[in-house]
Amino acid sequence: MPVTVADVLHVARLARLGIPEERLEPLVSQLNGILEHMDVLARVDTTGVAATEGVGAAGTPLREDAGEPVPLARAIDSFAPSVRDGFLLVPRLATHDDTAEETA
Amino acid sequence: MSVTRPSPTPAPTARAIAEQVVAGRLDAEQALREAFARGDAARVGPEGLNALLWTDRTSAVRAARAPVAGSAAQTDRGLLAGVPVAVKDNIATLDLPTSCGSRILEGYVSPFEATAVSRLRAAGAVVVGKTNMDEFAMGSSTENSAFGPTRNPVDCSRVPGGSSGGSAAVVAAGMVPIALGSETGGSVRQPAAFCGIVGVKPTYGRVSRYGLVAFASSLDQIGVFGRTVDDAALGLQAIAGRDVMDSTSASVPVARYADARDASLAGVVVGRPREYYPESLDARIREQCERSIDLLRERGAEVRDVSLPHTDLAIPVYYIVAPAEASSNLARFDGVRYGLRVSAPGLVATYEATRSRGFGPEVTRRILLGTYVLSAGYYDAYYRKAQQVRSLIADDFGRVFASGVHVLLTPTTPTTAFPFGAKADPYEMYMSDIFTATANLAGVPGMSMPVGRIDGLPVGAQLLAGHFDEARMFAVAYALEAALGEAAHR
Repeated sequence: MPVTVADVLHVARLARLGIPEERLEPLVSQLNGILEHMDVLARVDTTGVAATEGVGAAGTPLREDAGEPVPLARAIDSFAPSVRDGFLLVPRLATHDDTAEETA
Repeated sequence: MSVTRPSPTPAPTARAIAEQVVAGRLDAEQALREAFARGDAARVGPEGLNALLWTDRTSAVRAARAPVAGSAAQTDRGLLAGVPVAVKDNIATLDLPTSCGSRILEGYVSPFEATAVSRLRAAGAVVVGKTNMDEFAMGSSTENSAFGPTRNPVDCSRVPGGSSGGSAAVVAAGMVPIALGSETGGSVRQPAAFCGIVGVKPTYGRVSRYGLVAFASSLDQIGVFGRTVDDAALGLQAIAGRDVMDSTSASVPVARYADARDASLAGVVVGRPREYYPESLDARIREQCERSIDLLRERGAEVRDVSLPHTDLAIPVYYIVAPAEASSNLARFDGVRYGLRVSAPGLVATYEATRSRGFGPEVTRRILLGTYVLSAGYYDAYYRKAQQVRSLIADDFGRVFASGVHVLLTPTTPTTAFPFGAKADPYEMYMSDIFTATANLAGVPGMSMPVGRIDGLPVGAQLLAGHFDEARMFAVAYALEAALGEAAHR
């Protein structure tokens, strides 16, 4: 089923990407052009074939969900866009009647 | 054909530099200054090849003057004493920006350093700068960099390959003997082939990825460029091995790859996979690879024809799996924690404005593609199916190596370096990786080495081996390099 403008707008929303109007049609065309090459996979018999879950026989090794924080050579305000009192400043969540709010 | 100006002094190998430094006949600072002089002559900066994005000579000289860090017990201390090296711009360094070739990270300087870089420094290497790349390693030509394309030192009207095109170019231009790149689908081997140098993608898990900016986590691996097989072996030696900071790095002992220099090929079985030599393959590339196989046979290797029947499915699989993983990994670039922020009314609008301004067209396309194949209704048809076919591709390699074949020899690329703008269609560009993406999907090691030229442009042959069998891969590479050298003087 070909990708439509509505599909691109939907996945762009999911991916938090704003797509300018003039880019929509070319993206639809490019994504359809790429995905038509993927159709060959549908013809491969994968009955009983396990999906790869990691590279190598042992799968993806996971570390224990614990540990010391990574030591940083510089404070976060040297690389973060906005910091207050050592915390990252997150822009305010806009609501329907609060769209003009801006971050401090 | 436009060729860069020759270096003022011949570019020495990493081994030659390290031996002279250890013997006290050369100091690291002098080796560094000579590297910068060669880089200036080859015009590696933005006004020329545009291969080197960020450099700080004062800081590099300071590093060259400092005693080698690392514990006394470190066996590889001094392995790269005084060797100038370059690092791809998606591998974190403390003293230089790490921008991933993207506006969204322009000016970002990491507060921690990649293990691979720390290990290079501990072995005595000195970092000269960060190299240009396709944005977030998405591309096969280095045309997708936000900071402009890199030019191929062999022919400036052509691409150097990608995505690690800047690293390949600074090595090929003679500035440094070793550079780090990264691989997700061929981003070291393909530019190595285009630039006429050696490029190694180690086994998945062979090298720590701590500090490598993630693109597709089940595929990514840091790799090494060298002008010679030996330099690439030394570079990999310095960075390989388990790292507690990366749980995917393997606790598998690291062989001394340079010990393979004089290894006999008696008993070594070289496979020739028929799917990598299709009828459509450029006859001149086929001839160069067949000649390489003949040279290995003359040196004692047994040659067998083998089959990897799912090879032609690698690109469709890769371009589902890699964008899917990228769509997740690149979600972190949101204008909150680091990098660019474009303010807009509210959080979601800020996310969208930041990401739309910060990401270039190819990254945007792949995030959309990846999000699409993971979205409800398409997951099974695309992502799950691709992961199943990926298992078949990995099984192909497992079966061939279990049958007694040690190393496969194939072309690295279906073409030589192409002119800028030659591949405007995204899928046509993706096909540049047709012979390399399989190794990333299966996690096996691979390398490209120069085996000849067509119309002045380098041709690369690819060697592929079983998991963690880099030593045997290097043994074949050393032998082939020697045989090609002898053949040239006949």
